[in-house]
Amino acid sequence: MKIAIRGGHLIDPANALDAPLDLYLAEGRVAAVGKAPDGFHADRGIDARGRVVCPGLIDLRARLREPGEADRADIASETRAAAAGGVTTLCCPPDTDPVMDTPAVATLVQRRAQAAGSARVLPVGALTRGLEGRQLSEMGALAEAGCVALGDGGRPTADNRVQRRAFEYAATFGLLCMTQPQDPQLTAGGCAHDGTVATRLGLPGIPESAETLALARDLALAEETGVRLHFNGLSSARGVRLLGRGRYDNPRVTADVAIHQLHLDEHALEGFDPNCHVLPPLRTGADRDALRNALAQGHIAAICSDHQPHDRDAKTAPFPDTAPGISALETLLPLTLALVDLGLLTLAQGIERLTLGPARVLDLPYGRLDPGRSADICIFDPERRWTLRPTDLLSHGHNTPFIGRELRGRVTHTLLAGRLVYEESKP
Amino acid sequence: MTPFGPIQRDPEGRLRHFLSIEGLDRALLTRILDLAEGFAGVGERLIKKVPLCRGHTVANLFFETSTRTRTTFELAAKRLSADVLNLNIGASATAKGETLLDTLRNLEAMQCDLFVVRHQASGTAHFLAQHSAPGVRIVNAGDGRHAHPTQAMLDMFTIRRHRGGFADLRVAIVGDILHSRVARSQIHALNVLGAREVRVVGPRTLIPTEAAAALGVRVFHDLAAGLDGVDVVIMLRLQRERMAGALLPSEREYYQRWGLTPERLAAVGEGALVMHPGPINRGVEMASEVADGPQSVILEQVRLGIAVRMAVIALLLGYDEAGP
Amino acid sequence: MNPAGVDSLLQGMAGKLERRLEAEGIERPLVVGIHRGGVWVAERLLEMLALEGPLGRLDIGFYRDDFSRIGLDPEVRPSRLPLSIDDRTLILVDDVIQTGRTVRAALNALFDFGRPRRVLLAVLAERGGRELPIQPDLSGIRAELPATDRIHLQGPAPLALHIVRAHP
Repeated sequence: MKIAIRGGHLIDPANALDAPLDLYLAEGRVAAVGKAPDGFHADRGIDARGRVVCPGLIDLRARLREPGEADRADIASETRAAAAGGVTTLCCPPDTDPVMDTPAVATLVQRRAQAAGSARVLPVGALTRGLEGRQLSEMGALAEAGCVALGDGGRPTADNRVQRRAFEYAATFGLLCMTQPQDPQLTAGGCAHDGTVATRLGLPGIPESAETLALARDLALAEETGVRLHFNGLSSARGVRLLGRGRYDNPRVTADVAIHQLHLDEHALEGFDPNCHVLPPLRTGADRDALRNALAQGHIAAICSDHQPHDRDAKTAPFPDTAPGISALETLLPLTLALVDLGLLTLAQGIERLTLGPARVLDLPYGRLDPGRSADICIFDPERRWTLRPTDLLSHGHNTPFIGRELRGRVTHTLLAGRLVYEESKP
Repeated sequence: MTPFGPIQRDPEGRLRHFLSIEGLDRALLTRILDLAEGFAGVGERLIKKVPLCRGHTVANLFFETSTRTRTTFELAAKRLSADVLNLNIGASATAKGETLLDTLRNLEAMQCDLFVVRHQASGTAHFLAQHSAPGVRIVNAGDGRHAHPTQAMLDMFTIRRHRGGFADLRVAIVGDILHSRVARSQIHALNVLGAREVRVVGPRTLIPTEAAAALGVRVFHDLAAGLDGVDVVIMLRLQRERMAGALLPSEREYYQRWGLTPERLAAVGEGALVMHPGPINRGVEMASEVADGPQSVILEQVRLGIAVRMAVIALLLGYDEAGP
Repeated sequence: MNPAGVDSLLQGMAGKLERRLEAEGIERPLVVGIHRGGVWVAERLLEMLALEGPLGRLDIGFYRDDFSRIGLDPEVRPSRLPLSIDDRTLILVDDVIQTGRTVRAALNALFDFGRPRRVLLAVLAERGGRELPIQPDLSGIRAELPATDRIHLQGPAPLALHIVRAHP
């Protein structure tokens, strides 16, 4: 199968390309950029005039709810949502049920994803058995079964000694570790940033120190053990500052930020909107600005969706009793483009944080369009304005505070290894 | 910028739910106090009952145990001739998998008009108001740490009866502000009604980090400084769990630093009122001599609570949205 | 009607009332005005008859039968009646009687304060349009008006009666 994508504006940060260029794909790989290879006869042409053509997006954190919570969502539904959002590769955190602490679960997830065929799903294995923070998981076997990293799945290891040993053991195999900087004791019982809004609404607070303490610990342990460490989901200015210092001492440390943290702050909680219940919590406007700056400067390498689909019941309760998280795969790209509109990033930088940035964190050969690479492509109409409605969402989770928001940019085609996995139906 | 206005009042400004003092204006709070004055007379008569809310059903939906608040709401509804349904829903309903919303729907189906709700989660009353059928009224009787607006209004009523108004008033609220829905509602009410100064007094562990900016109060950690020159002293209840939660070392130390003793009250002045939302821990928040002394209006607060709750219920049930 | 006219109506009422009390041997009656116009009229009668006070003031806001349609009267205030009305004769005073609903509410309210021996109803102006079987025992004036017109008593001092026509 040979595909020619003609007339589009190609952006490939890995090769510093940002120009009107055609793209040629053959047998699931990039064949050529700009000029067709000799004797190239396209089986199919995609008209990309007025569109941006870029590498398929890579999402470091998206919950698929399978295995375990198939009533909320499943791999098939959520990878379809990923494809509709232009995401071709995503990391699935280990907090599945059962926890992804055995090769069997990791294999199951990948097999289901392959069967569904909409996106490449990379499992993240559990750092400790059952994510209980007591015993090490079988990291060697998990890596062999396809896990690209080991993580805490948002359930941080309380015991410092266990965390240190987990890092040491992972370093034995040169494995990447992903942790969510969140001190369990300082987080317990809280559901909002410990600031003015939580004070007024009487919501139990989570202080910044919940983040900085965990960051400091894991930075110290990473430096000592030599493990490759990646932080999931920063939320505070002090956290950003600490990350900067940590990266000065240990440049291999990386971090990501959830897209909603770049748009919302604690004031979104006024009125107790359960769709704004997230972990780590939305903090102040100054924290949000610090995260935006760190992203622009490259201290934060990747924007992730932190996709967490929920059914209606999980969000239909008083705020503190609701499950945290946002269904976010399908708004990842337009909300990143909104950052471009705000002048925080260039379009090429925005795309870099969604493609090459996360690929480098994972040290995987995706997120770039040099010839020979997997033909994972996202094509979007950058000028299309649309208002998000629940019926637009392919994800089973409709829990997003961005319903009703006017967005710019809509994915028209997504290709995974040269295969069209999403095409916008003609209006 | 608060969303509590629109959900509590309809486009004509009539009260639809009573969830939080935040978002309500001075005219409305004053109206509640004036009405309460009218209802206070009812309690002094031979037949302590008026037929105003005949045919309406008030459901007391308490997910947290409470004797005083539930009883005064029950009395208030009964004195308005409403039918009253008391539901103490512990963990049982939720353990059976019934959601909060299921409970609301079931009771709506039984044609209850007004729900008095207490729940341990902040935002519960707001949540139920958002999901209730048109015409159904929600009264917040305490949600988590967020709000307890009828308690605040009965405190305002007590203060107004003794002081005539709020304009020159300095009020100190002493104790566990962090966990107190009562304090939050009192602070908003005092600020809306135009009190000159609202102070909060207590150790840093019991005062929210952003109290001054978020609530519009002056923060004091020293009791003597915090009480200097005030007209009203409101002592909050100290929950025993606070010691286990490492927020305080002991009741003894608390009483020594922040307890209201006769000597400390004497330093404030003879004219100062002493209030407490009850129930009192004697020898922890205040000395018995103070609680039972001439400056204490604590029992009056309880008595006036019925009139204030009658006023709120009558105001909410007093019109039909479908009417003219 | 100007204040002098209202005064002569009040004089007439006071005369009728006095004869009635004498004829029926009623001693120490308690005068109760319905808030607000009725209270003004009652105050004047009390003065003219030199009866002993205090004057009872009855607010029927909590007893209205149109509560669920129009809500609470924002002016509703506490009723003030002497400690006991048990076994006493009451003269219930209002400014105008039309439908009779106000008096119905007032009677209900009174009985929540005790059990009077007897209640006489005195009104300044009586007009048609009764919706309940309630008639005044005495009145200052009787008027026939279109149903849409309202009689308004202006007060408290001096008292003047106006007819307010409904404008189409």
